[in-house]
Amino acid sequence: MKVCDLVEQLNLKVFCGEQGLDNEVVGGYTSDLLSDVMGNVDENQVWITLQTHKNIMAIASLKEVAAVILVKGYKPEQAALEQSNEEGIPILGTDLETFEMSGELFGLLKK
Amino acid sequence: MEFVYEVEGGNFTKAGNASSAVKKTMKQLNVDPKIVKRTVVALYEAEVNIVAHAYGGVITVNVNAEHIHIVLDDNGPGIPDIDLAMQEGFSTASSKVREMGFGAGMGLPNIKKNVDELKVSSEVDKGTRVEMKTYLKNQ
Ligand SMILES: Nc1ncnc2c1ncn2[C@@H]1O[C@H](COP(=O)(O)OP(=O)(O)OP(=O)(O)O)[C@@H](O)[C@H]1O
Ligand SMILES: [Mg+2]
Repeated sequence: MKVCDLVEQLNLKVFCGEQGLDNEVVGGYTSDLLSDVMGNVDENQVWITLQTHKNIMAIASLKEVAAVILVKGYKPEQAALEQSNEEGIPILGTDLETFEMSGELFGLLKK
Repeated sequence: MEFVYEVEGGNFTKAGNASSAVKKTMKQLNVDPKIVKRTVVALYEAEVNIVAHAYGGVITVNVNAEHIHIVLDDNGPGIPDIDLAMQEGFSTASSKVREMGFGAGMGLPNIKKNVDELKVSSEVDKGTRVEMKTYLKNQ
């Protein structure tokens, strides 16, 4: 499955990083604790979080995640948006809460 | 080969830049991707610790055919009890830093898990030195 497939099937907003919409997705990780994410997320996973600042993109890039999904209607800060475009790692958005978004993604990837 | 990077204390907008540069270099040197991944986790945590907890520091990276050796030296408050700091969940991070999602007290344990050898030494009110080494070939 690709990031663009998630966007379509989970009805996600694409804030930035469009060049990465073809990134392959193999799983997901949900956490707002950055060193937990650093230690546990893996490449080509989608990271679900409510953090919106630039450091999420530093982590996303170092760990080569497929995309970041911001929950509850949060929007990325400008610096995060710029880095997302530079790295080609999309930041996506949903109005759903973390629990619901994780459940939807899990269900989709399990199919 | 030796590379040196400076890290500014308190400047979260630059946090991770040195780790990113080292990652690029390791990839160019064709280091085993698994080792690159582990090193990047360890180095990022140590770099962010300088940003979050110290005033400034220097990262020195040495790579040869046998190992990658990284030393992070900072000026800062130091760590009074290193064994305690190494425990998962221990953190003195400020509330501002915690709001950003740092301060879980998982950084040093992450470093320990991802390098072959780790040495942390510190002098209170002077600074901290984190030294890590990972072997590139199976010993
Ligand atoms: N370079 C440093 N200078 C001063 N104190 C440090 C330094 N590195 C770590 N510490 C101390 O050790 C504690 C534990 O560090 P650790 O990296 O494990 O967690 P943290 O930085 O608080 O949170 P996290 O890394 O999970 O975001 C810190 O809260 C701080 O008190
Ligand atoms: Mg830390």
